[in-house]
Amino acid sequence: MSAANEIRLTGVHARYQFTETIRVPIAVIGTMLFPSLSLLFFVVPQSFAKDPAAATTATAQLAVFAVMSVCLFNYGVGVAEDRALPWDSFLRTLPVGPSPRLVGRLLNGLAFIALSLVPLALIAWLLTAATLPPSRLVLTAAGLLCAGLPLFAGGISIGYSMSTKAALAVANSLLLPLAFAGGLLLPPETFPGWLNSISLWLPTRAGRDLVVSATTGVGLPGSTLLVVVSWTVITGSLAVVAYRRDEGRRFQ
Amino acid sequence: MVILARAVQATRSYGPVIALDGVSLDVPTGQLLGLLGPNGAGKTTLLQLLAGLRRPTSGTVEIFGGDPRQAWRRCRLGSTPQETGLPPTLRVQEVVDFVAGHFDHPVPTGELLEQFGLTGLHRRQTGGLSGGQKRRLAVAVAFVGRPDLVLLDEPTTGLDVEARHALWDAVRVYHRGGGTVVLTSHYLEEVEALAERIVVIDQGQVRADGTLAEIRSLVPGRRLRLRAPALPELAGVDRINREGDRYELWTADSDAVVRQLVRNAVPFRDLEVSTASLEEAFLALTSPGDRPAAPTVAVMGP
Repeated sequence: MSAANEIRLTGVHARYQFTETIRVPIAVIGTMLFPSLSLLFFVVPQSFAKDPAAATTATAQLAVFAVMSVCLFNYGVGVAEDRALPWDSFLRTLPVGPSPRLVGRLLNGLAFIALSLVPLALIAWLLTAATLPPSRLVLTAAGLLCAGLPLFAGGISIGYSMSTKAALAVANSLLLPLAFAGGLLLPPETFPGWLNSISLWLPTRAGRDLVVSATTGVGLPGSTLLVVVSWTVITGSLAVVAYRRDEGRRFQ
Repeated sequence: MVILARAVQATRSYGPVIALDGVSLDVPTGQLLGLLGPNGAGKTTLLQLLAGLRRPTSGTVEIFGGDPRQAWRRCRLGSTPQETGLPPTLRVQEVVDFVAGHFDHPVPTGELLEQFGLTGLHRRQTGGLSGGQKRRLAVAVAFVGRPDLVLLDEPTTGLDVEARHALWDAVRVYHRGGGTVVLTSHYLEEVEALAERIVVIDQGQVRADGTLAEIRSLVPGRRLRLRAPALPELAGVDRINREGDRYELWTADSDAVVRQLVRNAVPFRDLEVSTASLEEAFLALTSPGDRPAAPTVAVMGP
């Protein structure tokens, strides 16, 4: 199959995914608004919202949270739900390999991440002292993408390896611990030493440090890049194995 | 003759359950093959193997000369979602365009919708279609890519008679144009109406394989109906039903029975001889009672 054809099919699948997701708006609005509402209720009223560095850090952390929830729910639960439908079996009989479908899904998730970042950025800009100079915009986007890689692959692994109910339970039980221990809700500076040393090995913490560094310019802990790459390799391999083993829904 | 689909000793088990047990089958270009079997016989599993949805536990399955799990092998394959599993929020046109997007020279959406009696519904969300319309759309998408091989799993389940006949016509038109079809059905009538070749599968194994006439002839079943005041002792008759002067005789050799009637000068009238129906053959081949002894009969068609 030619590269041009793969790209065309990716477009076909991205558009299909987006149309399908947007047709049930309420399902995405919750995921999209949670980070913005958290910023509004837990950051804006605090005194540190007046401090540019602290407000920017808090916004960056919630941006990573937005990425994570799209990854766990849109990719994890969404894939599991789709696999349970006879339509998904039909799609697997079409002449399309895994990449256009996965990349189409990735693009769809990116679109929703972008949509959930818009209100977050607006609130941060209008109601807090957070700043993001244009020179840091590209770096921040790159940081968010890198932070999202292990989470995306993790979501895909969940989606392709379990049923909808199991995926929902796993996504829900991963979301808050990973967010909290990864320093997405409270800054890691407030952590006790033992929690901080665990935190440094989590993909969410590494992602958070990347994005905070990209937005504010603070230095990265030495382990961050290694942790992001390792988690991406681990979850990526799991995702590939889960996708290959998948034969649609299975009943015993 | 080019073989479009092939299974060689294909076996597929799900844990301890063997769904398909050493099935070998060749489907040449242009054939319309009907797979018959009771529920759970392994028909759907066989189609899933051919569509690349599952891989055989052992043995091989090929379409267009290679592994159906390779995406590009499926460029000339058309298949249909089982049940009416269409994405309910998408519009008819969106579904067709999406599937068409996978093929180089798809049938124009309007033309396809017309062919399957769905004209005027292109803006409707599929969740809002009637059961019959959903079913027709599901079958229609199998043909959108101008495939050479189409796999139809229970294509007309849940359709009324008129819609079923319209679908049959669409399948016939496709077949007349050189298309190859593998079809499963609950309806013997459907297989009888469409298929050139019938493969009976039961408990994961091929029980019989041949033309309609050959499958029918596997049952030692010819039925003689006649009226007569009384019948003498007749050799070679398996069963006699009598109702007044009406007789129904079951035999393997109707000619011999008629000769005996004539030789004995039986004053019979209204003689009718008919072959066993496909249904009778089907029941004989798959009835649970004689399963251990069920013969594997391979009658190869022309």
